[in-house]
This record gives sequence, C-alpha cells and structure tokens, in this order.
Amino acid sequence: MLSKSAARRFFLGGTFVCFGAFVLLTLDTLRRIPAQTNQDAMTADVVRGKHLWDSSNCMGCHTLLGEGAYYAPELTRVYERRGPTFITAMLKDPAAMYPGQRRMQDYKFSDAQIADLVAFLQWIGTMDLNGFPAKPTLGQVAVVNSSTGETMAATADRPLVFNQLCIACHSLGGQGGMVGPALDGVGNRLTADYIKSWLRDPLSVKKDSKMPKLPLSEEIITELVAFLSKQTTASTPKEAGK
Amino acid sequence: MKYESQRVAWWFFATSMLLLTLQLVYGFIMGFAHMGLDGLHDVIPFHVARATHTNLLVVWLLCGFMGSAYYIVPEEVGRELFSVKLAWLQLISLVVVGVVAIVGFHFQWWEGRKFLEIPRPLDWLVVVNVLLFLFNIAKTMWKSPRITTTSCVLFFGLLMAALLYLPGMIPTDHQTLDSYWRWWVVHLWVEGVWELIMGGILAYLLIKLTGVDRELIEKWLYVIVGLTFLSGILGTGHHYYYIGTPRYWLLIGGLFSALEPLAFLGMAIYAIAMAKKGGRAHPNRNALAWTIGCSIMSFVGAGFLGFAHTLPQVNMYTHGTLVTAMHGHMAFWGAYAMLVLAIISYALPQLTGRKLHDTPLATFAFWASNIGMVAMTLAFAVAGVTQVVLERRVGMDFLTVQKELEVHFFGLILAATLFAAGIVAYLVQFVRYGMPKGDVIGDVDETSEVPAVSTAAEALS
Repeated sequence: MLSKSAARRFFLGGTFVCFGAFVLLTLDTLRRIPAQTNQDAMTADVVRGKHLWDSSNCMGCHTLLGEGAYYAPELTRVYERRGPTFITAMLKDPAAMYPGQRRMQDYKFSDAQIADLVAFLQWIGTMDLNGFPAKPTLGQVAVVNSSTGETMAATADRPLVFNQLCIACHSLGGQGGMVGPALDGVGNRLTADYIKSWLRDPLSVKKDSKMPKLPLSEEIITELVAFLSKQTTASTPKEAGK
Repeated sequence: MKYESQRVAWWFFATSMLLLTLQLVYGFIMGFAHMGLDGLHDVIPFHVARATHTNLLVVWLLCGFMGSAYYIVPEEVGRELFSVKLAWLQLISLVVVGVVAIVGFHFQWWEGRKFLEIPRPLDWLVVVNVLLFLFNIAKTMWKSPRITTTSCVLFFGLLMAALLYLPGMIPTDHQTLDSYWRWWVVHLWVEGVWELIMGGILAYLLIKLTGVDRELIEKWLYVIVGLTFLSGILGTGHHYYYIGTPRYWLLIGGLFSALEPLAFLGMAIYAIAMAKKGGRAHPNRNALAWTIGCSIMSFVGAGFLGFAHTLPQVNMYTHGTLVTAMHGHMAFWGAYAMLVLAIISYALPQLTGRKLHDTPLATFAFWASNIGMVAMTLAFAVAGVTQVVLERRVGMDFLTVQKELEVHFFGLILAATLFAAGIVAYLVQFVRYGMPKGDVIGDVDETSEVPAVSTAAEALS
C-alpha cells in the first residue's frame, strides 16, 4: 500500500516536472509570439490604443480574443466586420448608433484617441489565433468580402459598407440587426432620391428619426442608393424581423 | 478553541461575510442589466459592477483563507500565533486597500484586466499585506515544536499564492503577453495553489469532523494535491488556445485540462470516504455537510463543467460566451466559497462558545444556497448554449441574440433570489452566534482525535 512518504514524493516530483515543463514551454511561447501576433505592425498608435483599452476597462463588457465579460460584442474581428467608419462613429457617440438598445458608456474620447483604438483593433484583427473565432456554419451570414475569398453567395453583391455599417441595425434577407426596420423591398417603398437625402442626413427628412447621421461620402451614398433601389423582393421565406 | 489568539480569525470571517453580501448586490445589478433593466447604467455601468463583483469575490475568499489560517495554524502546530497585533494590522490594511479599490472602481480607477483590475499602486500594498500575513504564519510555525503536513500544505499554498501574484504585474504593451501573464496569476491560483489551500483546510476539517487517523488523511492529501499540480499547471494551456500563442497549446492544454477533473474527483471521493470511515459522529453535522458539499460541488462545477468547456473543439465556440459564466459560478462556489463557509461553520461554535449548529436555519442556509446555485448554473447554461448556437453557429447579430436571452436572465434572477435567501440565512446565523467570546479550553481536544504529532524535522524530511 502507498506510504505517506511515497505520496509526498509523488506530489513533489510531479509538481517539479510539470512546473519545469511549463517554464520551458513558456520560454518557447514567448519566442514565437512576435511572429504569430504580427508584432511588427504594433505601432505607437496601437500601443496607445491598448492602454486606452485597459484604462477604459473595455473588457468589463466586451470580449477581445474571447476574454472579458459577455455583455457586449466580441471585438477580435470587429475591424473586418464593421470597418473603421462604424467603429469611429460608435466611439464618438455610442448612444446614437444603437438607439433604445443596450447602452455603452460615452467615454468622450478625442478623435486622436479614437484613431488609436481603431489602430489597436485593426492590429488585433491581424493576429493568427489558431482559427478563432470560427465562422458560423449553420446560417447564411452577412460576411465581409475578405481577401480570403470566404464570401457567401447571397451577400457577395452587396457594397462593403452595407455589410459593415447598415447590417449592424438593419436586416436584409433575414440577416442583420433588428434595431432599425428590415430593408427587404425597400426599393419598392422609397424612391432613389428619398433614399439619397435620407442617407445624407436622416434628421433633415424625419425630425424624430432614431438613425444617426453617418459619416458617408457622396460616392458611398451613390453606391448604397443604387444597391437599395434594387431591393424589390418584398419578403423572404425567413421572417426578417421588425 | 484552544488558543486565545485564534479569536482574531473571527474578525477575518466577519469581514469576509460583509464582502460576500456586497458581492451579491453587484451580481443582481448585472443580472438585471442582462434582462434589459439597466436603470443604474449612469451610476454603476456594467463594467463597474463586473469589476466590483469579481474583485469582491477574490478579496472575500482571500480574507476567508487568512482567517482559516489564523484559526487552523495555532491548533495544528500547538502554540499561540506569533503576533495578534500584526494580524490586526494586516486585517485593517487589507480592508483599507479593499475599500479604496472598490470606491476607485466607481470612479473608473482601474487597470481593466479581468480579475486583476486593482490599480498598480494598490497591487503593491496587497503584496506587502500578504507578506505580513505570511510572516506571521511562518513565524508561528517556525517557533513551534511540531509541524504537521496539513499546516505545511496550507502554508505552501498561501506562499505560492502570494508569489504567483507577481507575474500579473509584469509590464507589457502587448495584448497577448498581457493575457499570457494574467493567466499565470488567475489560473495558477484557482486551478493550482488555491487547491492546495483547499486541500489543507479540507484535511483539517476532516481530521476534526470524522476522527479518522491523521496519517491516513494526510497521505491522501499529498496524492490529491499531487494530482492537482500534475493536471493544473500544464492545464493553464486551455487559456492559451486562441490568444495568439502557438498551436501546440491546443494539444497540451486539452490533454491536461481533461485530467483536471481527476483532482476534484479525488477530493470528493476522499471527503466522502473519510466521512464514512469516521466512526465517531461530531456534533457539528452542519459543518460536515458544508465540507462534503464543497468537495462534491467543486467536482461538478470546477471539474466536470470545466472539462466540458475546455475541450479545444468545444472551446472554439464557447470561448468568450456565457458558458464561461456558467462554469465560473459553480466552480468558485463549490471549490472556494463553500470551503470558507465550511470552516466558518466549524469554527463559530468554538470561537463564540455558543452551540447553534444544526438549527433549522443552518440547514436552510445550506440547502437554499446550494439549490439556488445549481439553478443559477442551469440558467447560465441554457443562456450560454443558446448564445453559442445563435451567435457562433448561426451567425445572428450579438444584440439580437442578447434580446432572446433576456428571459433566461429572468430565470437566473429567480434562482439567484433563492441562493441569496440561503446566504442571508447563513449571515443571520453568523450574527446570532455573536462575538468571539468562547472559552479557551487549552490543549485538550474537543474530539478524541489520535494526536499524530510529528516533529518539524520529520515533517520536512
């Protein structure tokens, strides 16, 4: 039968071996992290953004690399998903971007700080994370036209800005946010001119609109108007939400 | 109580209970916010509540561990504490640091690193505080004629916990390195050295409550803490799957995490076997219930649910979702919260000289809090799995999914109410026991324990 001194040897020996292995693996990991995380791209902006990320305790609601709280969206691939325009607009005035929804604190960041945070999130997006986050496979999702060529057929013809910005609040074909009305059949309901002036400044068309004035260039507005005018399929098999 | 200086433990336990109460309040704030009722958003936004909730947990558990050490070590080594004054100084400074940290969080003075939000200047004060505590315990043990395995394991656990706080303070500008070192603290604490503390306290309680021979209990204590480190140290790898660290962590982390339940299973079998083996029934059945409950709930929460969540294939989808919250709540409750509540349940009759154990209120506290926690875990599980399927698998928008989950948070709040009722009953019980005015009975045992005394030289050989 096992004696007490044998049990002690098991404890001390096991601990020593495992801790030794752990230290060696840590040394190897530290050596490999720069290449795997694209450390060369870590500019001064990124570092400032990282410290803003910490001092604002963004992790207290969001997750990044899957770590944090579970109250606000995972931001690892947010640069690819939403793009810099959306992130900048969101950080400038969080309440305007998602009216009547779960609230984010208004940090009153300066433009320079917002640029740093965007740079930080862009850098995070370039890391090799061993496949995380996995692409959803069960449903058809509005994924961005990425260089990897992983695009869904149903979303490939959309302007990039639609997939990044509009889809955050509006849905099309059953995919997207439910903050604003679904955009299926919007080409039947609204004229191109109306859509154009609406996109330039929603509040000038409808005083109590909850949609904020977004920082869209004339070119992008033209692109969006053309795309939205083509949306003449009134409804989709899936309930598009209200 | 055998030694006058053990009295100081009561004040640590009382502080612990106060912080636990506050922790529940912040938990409810977050539960309601998840339900869509975020009326306090302008005063206590979610990230403030979150930082406060988790840090209060850490502080009340540490405070409970310190109280346990101050209670257990004098009895184990057979002499008064080195300095009661030092213990008081240490308690007061801990409370001051804690209050400053919590108030600071509300003014958003923090580091924003999960579980280690306390700002850097306060980190140093925590280190000084813990060093004072360790000095006091070490000096007590050093001067004593005997050192037991139980007290050694407890001390070693506390010492390592203090040392492992340091990697979290390594300065870095790199998000991956930041996470890497943060898990050295958080993981090696809760799935490493804290289990040593847990093993030490459990062994003490089992020796006292079951009357089984000390040699036998301490032998298995070595086996269990051995299993803990064998699986737990390299099990840190399950935090290194997806944060920009090499792919081999998927294999190493996956393999050793799968072994982690063994340590907890061992702990559960050990506690149950010893309780069955013990022929003599200790009058404090309530303390025994908490002790056995602790070993079982820690196996389910930390061992089983942890295992289910840390397989790399599963973790790819559950990483960063409410599934983590499900595992976290039951793991901390089973392994550490129940442990502190167990030692308090055991120590209070001795400290206060009043025999209030095994009242209906004590029984209610045990069952309500445990059933409440199981129900909370189920609510988190349903919410978490729903989130995984809708957001990670189907690809629905985050906020849309969160709307779908609101109903589960209503369930969570119902469960949490039952849980809180149990904790309130425990607190009422604590207050009814009154101040620590129990008699010092000297070195005559209140149980018929076989005093298996070994000398310092023997224990260290």
